[in-house]
Amino acid sequence: MLENLNLEVVKEIVSCVLILMGVCFMFIATIGLLRFPDFYIRMSAITKGATLGVGLILLGLGIYFNQPDIMLKVLAIIIFTFITAPVAAHVIGRTAVRNHSPFWPKTNLQEFEEYMLKDHLEKMKNHDRYAEEHHEVPKPSDGGGT
Amino acid sequence: MSLFQLTLTIAMATLSLCLLLTAIRFAIGPTLPDRITAFDLIVANVIGIIAIYTEFTGNEDFIDVAIILSVFGFLGSVTFAFYIMKINK
Repeated sequence: MLENLNLEVVKEIVSCVLILMGVCFMFIATIGLLRFPDFYIRMSAITKGATLGVGLILLGLGIYFNQPDIMLKVLAIIIFTFITAPVAAHVIGRTAVRNHSPFWPKTNLQEFEEYMLKDHLEKMKNHDRYAEEHHEVPKPSDGGGT
Repeated sequence: MSLFQLTLTIAMATLSLCLLLTAIRFAIGPTLPDRITAFDLIVANVIGIIAIYTEFTGNEDFIDVAIILSVFGFLGSVTFAFYIMKINK
């Protein structure tokens, strides 16, 4: 049975299945980008779906060519994409939070608001302490001068 | 037309449709971070299209284009994000 197996056909079938799965993930991610109500939800759809889709498509490419150097390049692209996609998503999400990008009204924001309030209070406390130290410095010199 | 080429054609058509829908979000995106994520998805789509085109033609040199494009897509989105953070401070 194994002698009758045509390796070309097996390679093509495995490649086809992987490419179709990857394209399905990309399409789902695109629909999510177009239809979701909020910037943060859209970004989560992109980061997960598109990364997995690109990885599957490139894996199908590497299996179809069946050469070590091409497989090495494909693995380099996949590993680089898997490392950099969360970093880029984190940077963009932090930018959106700093710019007060609006949330979806149904989002549960309780912990986020408590955290932001604590952060704001810490900033105000540090600011007041800095102002006190700054004001205390010139007073003795004024007293000594007069 | 074999089954393999039919699959590649379907995949290419679907990725082109994805590119069109992403362009719609890029046009109507309400805020600037939306446009950055749309740009990220455009880069991922183009990497997929390059991979499928490499299988169509059998020319192995196009994989280097995909490597360079993934690097520049990451650099582009991070640079845009830092730019927006700087101008809104």
